[in-house]
Amino acid sequence: MTATAPLTLSNLTAHYGATKVLDDLSLDVGSGELVSLLGASGCGKTTTLRLIAGFLKPTQGSIRLGEIDLTALPPQKRNIGLVFQNYALFPHLSVLDNVAFGLKQRGLPAKDREAKARAMLDRVGLNALGDRLPGALSGGQRQRVALARALVIEPPLLMFDEPLSNLDAKLRVDMRVEIRQLQRANGTTSVFVTHDQEEAFSISDRVAIMDAGRIRQLDTPEVLYQRPANAFVARFVGFENLITLRVRARNGAVVAAEGAGGVTLGLDQSRLGEIPDEFVLATRPDGLRVVTEETGLPCTLGLRTYLGRTYHYQVDTAVGALTAAGPLSQPLEAGEAAWLTPELDQCCILPRETV
Amino acid sequence: MTQRLSPALIAFAVLVYLFLLGPLVIVIGAALSDTTFLTFPPQGLSLRWFEKIFEMSAFRRTIVTSLQLAFASTLLALVIGIPAAYALNRFRITLPSWLSTLFVLPVLVPEIVLGFSLLRSIQVGAGLPVLWTLLLGHTLIVLPYCVRVVSASLASFDFTIEEAAISLGCSPVKTFFTVVLPNVQSGVIAAFILAFITSINDVSVSLFLTGPGVSTLPIQILAHVEQFFDPVVASVSVLLMFLTVAVMVVVERTLGLTFLAK
Repeated sequence: MTATAPLTLSNLTAHYGATKVLDDLSLDVGSGELVSLLGASGCGKTTTLRLIAGFLKPTQGSIRLGEIDLTALPPQKRNIGLVFQNYALFPHLSVLDNVAFGLKQRGLPAKDREAKARAMLDRVGLNALGDRLPGALSGGQRQRVALARALVIEPPLLMFDEPLSNLDAKLRVDMRVEIRQLQRANGTTSVFVTHDQEEAFSISDRVAIMDAGRIRQLDTPEVLYQRPANAFVARFVGFENLITLRVRARNGAVVAAEGAGGVTLGLDQSRLGEIPDEFVLATRPDGLRVVTEETGLPCTLGLRTYLGRTYHYQVDTAVGALTAAGPLSQPLEAGEAAWLTPELDQCCILPRETV
Repeated sequence: MTQRLSPALIAFAVLVYLFLLGPLVIVIGAALSDTTFLTFPPQGLSLRWFEKIFEMSAFRRTIVTSLQLAFASTLLALVIGIPAAYALNRFRITLPSWLSTLFVLPVLVPEIVLGFSLLRSIQVGAGLPVLWTLLLGHTLIVLPYCVRVVSASLASFDFTIEEAAISLGCSPVKTFFTVVLPNVQSGVIAAFILAFITSINDVSVSLFLTGPGVSTLPIQILAHVEQFFDPVVASVSVLLMFLTVAVMVVVERTLGLTFLAK
């Protein structure tokens, strides 16, 4: 099982009627790599998958899989393994015949395809259920059959369309580990579509965060989580506080930055990286500490929420409403005045956007 | 948990069953009567009125015509209706909603009117032979049943299954026959039975479209009753009943089994 190839999407544009749903999207998935397309519904991730599968035609752009140009090829000739959210098993065929279906289309003799299908069922741990009908299986078992059915044709590319969304939480985690292990073992190039950030980050080599038909950032989960490149991605991965600032003075590595209402913050470039004149300081709630000493950004405390290891406060400041964290040892009341100090290790600097 | 049924409810249920089965019992009884006139309860028992049917060439001929017509129009309606139902469901979002209503129209138009308009347009207007007009008329009246019943089964069909088959290398046409059709077979069987019964029992449309030398069994029965009052009418009705039931059983058995065996 070494059939695998890199996938290249070049300048894909797609429309539903007059609505543009995919806007000049380019993406390279390396041989054997698993890339997730992550985003809210309507961001174009499923459209991208359907374009690659051939169920939709792009208005522009091309799709290549290794040496083959898929763009004009009908879907039945693309040789891509697909796993669907609702399993899409053939209800009238036994589990074994479901798995053997693709081999039958490839003209394999009955004996060979049964042997291959049985071996694949063995790999997903369902050898005993070959004679059952899909209706008699649990959700997790059905998705394993679907996985076996997609893998048995030894496709150079595997695609998953929200494959775990119909499973319960515990099974979802087990299944994603299983999918990743099988994908690694086979070394099959894979595209994984999901709206679940944890799922995408845990399973992927790289993740493409999508919005409005475009990829906003494509990188490893680690980089996305710690160094988002723009405000959209920052918000997506939990940087709730975006503070627009402008550099007032530079003194070596230290920068004095001013925001709305004349508030100033001292920031250290040796810990934050280079700071442009106009920028946005992004932090998660845990990266913005509520203190009672007069240092940082003055604020008025609002609603306090208990989160187990810390308190979160809704706060009002001159730069807008923010969410900050305070220690359990010192619960503060709504209406009190306090100050906010950014934890520079947990902040990142984003370019100012005109949006 | 056992629940005591009220006697009034039981009595009502019995009445409903009597109402449903009574006419059948009377017809079967009359058909077995030994008398030369229609009567119930039967006086004496005899199968001679059944023999009589086959001695009368008009009945023999029309039984054959009715069966041919029912089979042909049902098959024709399925050939048109199954793809239509498929398209209506597959492209439900993109197709205008009145399109599916269009296929029900023949049921909404009174059959008398339908028969008359077919007579004027096809038979007289286009000069088509009687048997062909009958076939067209019957196809038209059974088509709505085919489209509706097959549609109902397709409504619960998940079309991503079709995409799964195509992604595994199956052509769209082959996918239709090997994946879509087997999963709506119960709907197809039900449509066949409904359409067949509708065609073989039809009077109003056939009344207009039958012509010299070509008639259907119900029209022949009607013609017979107008002239005679013997139990042949009852026995031929019983025959028609059993014919219908037999077709239902055969279709259910054969079509059901061959579909399951792929």
